[in-house]
Amino acid sequence: MCDTASPNKFVQKLDDYIDSLTYKKENLIGVLHYAQEIYGYLPDNVQWHIAQKLDIPSATVYGVVTFYSFFTMIPRGEHVVNVCTGTACFVRGAEKLKGELENQLKIKAGETTTDNLFTLETLRCVGACGLAPVMIVDGKVHGRMNEAQHINEVLAKYRPEI
Amino acid sequence: MKLKNTEALNELKAQSLKLIETRRVTDLVTTKNARGLVRHVMVCGGPGCHSSGSPGIAERLEEELNRVGLSEQVKVFQPGCFGFCEKGPMIEIHPDNITYCEVSEDDVTTIVEEHFIQGNLVDHLLFMDPITKERFPTNIPFYDGQLRIALRNVGYIAPENILEYIAADGYQALAKVLFSMTPLDVIDVIKESGLRGRGGAGFPTGLKWEFTRKSPADQRYIICNADEGDPGAFMDRSVLEGDPHSVLEAMIIAGSAIGASEGFIYVRAEYPAAIRRLLIAIAQAREYGLLGKAILGSDFSFDIELKYGAGAFVCGEETALIHSIEGARGEPSVKPPFPAQKGLWGKPTCVNNVETLANIPPIILKGAEWFNAVGTEKSKGTKVFALAGKVNNVGLVEVPMGTTLRQIIFEIGGGIKQRKTFKAAQTGGPSGGCIPTKYLDSPIDYESLTAIGSMMGSGGLIVLDEDDCMVNIAKYFQEFTMDESCGRCTACRVGTKRLYEILTKITEGKGTLEDLENMEKLCHIIKDTALCGLGQSAPNPILSTLKYFREEYLAHIVDKTCPAGVCKSLLKYEITDKCVGCTLCVKKCPMNCISGVTKKRHVIDQERCLKCGACMEQCRVVGAIIRH
Repeated sequence: MCDTASPNKFVQKLDDYIDSLTYKKENLIGVLHYAQEIYGYLPDNVQWHIAQKLDIPSATVYGVVTFYSFFTMIPRGEHVVNVCTGTACFVRGAEKLKGELENQLKIKAGETTTDNLFTLETLRCVGACGLAPVMIVDGKVHGRMNEAQHINEVLAKYRPEI
Repeated sequence: MKLKNTEALNELKAQSLKLIETRRVTDLVTTKNARGLVRHVMVCGGPGCHSSGSPGIAERLEEELNRVGLSEQVKVFQPGCFGFCEKGPMIEIHPDNITYCEVSEDDVTTIVEEHFIQGNLVDHLLFMDPITKERFPTNIPFYDGQLRIALRNVGYIAPENILEYIAADGYQALAKVLFSMTPLDVIDVIKESGLRGRGGAGFPTGLKWEFTRKSPADQRYIICNADEGDPGAFMDRSVLEGDPHSVLEAMIIAGSAIGASEGFIYVRAEYPAAIRRLLIAIAQAREYGLLGKAILGSDFSFDIELKYGAGAFVCGEETALIHSIEGARGEPSVKPPFPAQKGLWGKPTCVNNVETLANIPPIILKGAEWFNAVGTEKSKGTKVFALAGKVNNVGLVEVPMGTTLRQIIFEIGGGIKQRKTFKAAQTGGPSGGCIPTKYLDSPIDYESLTAIGSMMGSGGLIVLDEDDCMVNIAKYFQEFTMDESCGRCTACRVGTKRLYEILTKITEGKGTLEDLENMEKLCHIIKDTALCGLGQSAPNPILSTLKYFREEYLAHIVDKTCPAGVCKSLLKYEITDKCVGCTLCVKKCPMNCISGVTKKRHVIDQERCLKCGACMEQCRVVGAIIRH
């Protein structure tokens, strides 16, 4: 419970949402989606708060959070860069793309850059198989990312201008 | 405006027909003749085209049409996926029946000027056959041999307008079911049609409905499984985004047939566009009295709620999916009891896949015989495949069951990229297997795919060529199932990890023949003992590659080479005496581990070489850099 993010910040918003639900416990996953949307991640104290509010053991909440890959307990950087590792991208060079991104951002997949600007993650198939290999920055798909230079150009768009 | 009866629905249909009339013209109207008519420009809004900027193209088209004063005569729409993702972004113009490929925002001015003002075709945007160089204004060969049932409205109607769906016979099947059929009639039609679950296992849909109906209970549920987790498959997404009402209509029909008053759509949180379209569709259906209390004035009430997945592949398994809807960890449970007996909150539950449901309304409207006339003896109707990988025409194809792989890959798919050699087709995703060349001509249906060691799965079809290492492909899928294993049963939790470790060892050149034997044994143990479908099918990618490509495994183990040149630990790059000393590779090497001066043979420092292949890609002298 020693997380720095204060759950108090949006707590009213979260409570209002939970209060609006007809079924409470059954909607745990929906509540967690909502909480992650407002906090950006699900730190211990937010999970604790949800457990109290829904009247279920916090272990259950933790169990669900850790089960689903969509939920994260680590804060992400300003921009989330995802490499699609679906089969179509895999056979068209997703590994190389991931390696190049790790190289350019100087972090491994799952990590965040020290300036908190980029988080690099992988996901499974966004359905843009025709454009393989693809990377997704903040939900926007960039296709046919075969060249280091293209990757660099895309990343540059998200860097603050100096 | 709530529709109170069938007449009201038919009246609304008659009024709405004008919305899609332009697109219904089947005769080719020449572009010159079409001038003066109200025309529809359909800008593909499928995932691929959307990602390559189709919303921007639609916006630019509207601006440009406005600027030249044609905004009344030409309307711009963004329907669902056209299927031909390779040539996206695509636009279709009606009633001219013209398709333009690989359109960019820069082409918009030309299209408006040439096509709409001058009445000429924009030749360079027409589809060109890569071999004959022939241009096709319409009837692109990609669509030959396809039959669209599940995708009938995808790319044809505007998904956010219920009136267009109603105009395209939407909710007619529902009216028929509510007013002129008994629930048992409906189940009989579905049984007779031979429709089987399109999620992968192929269980007869009519039987599933019957079992659920027969389970005594005060409440039953219908669930639409829209948790499309198979990497490389996007057919359900295309239906949800392109024709959400057909899924809703089918769920209401299923609800009335099995005696359920509530339905849930379990959709991936990774599909925000599908979620948005579904929410719009549900709100519209409620507004028109097609969802909610007393549907179309009948005594049947039914409502649908969306539930979001949170990124767990195992939640595609029906018992795991049910637990997830209940708000718990998505772990499967032992069957029996089947969900049809004891499912969501302990009540009989029928779980159907999106594509299965999309087939229901046309079956009800056109009859079981119409549907079962298509397909093979045991697999009726069509199947949608997401064709991807090393194939020229990547896209979404719907073909009659019984179509051969050769037709899909070489005719519709246009053959292998860069004229390389076909090696295998992977179907069924992480639960399926690889099909080698010798089975290219076997007709595809549930039974034939299982017989050759693969499975239908949800419909991902990945084409592999000579550059793909089959051991590495098996390893890729094993990593996937290892990641996605929920951990409930030991066979899957521990077994998939051990399989992955053995495969890693083999790809690193450290495997032994004993490993191969152990791996095969372990595969069979997992198959026999895992709790759910995910675990039981997890060894399939290994077993099928072992069956058809054993020599590749042996090459890795005995000869310590990777024939496809993929497994880096087994590769070595060397510069031969053909080197002319141009220094291109020296400059390109990311490790700076190539030494040499101009006009002298260069040397790679093997200790530091990453085996990235950048030098070989750069080299212009044939045979100067070799990989072995």
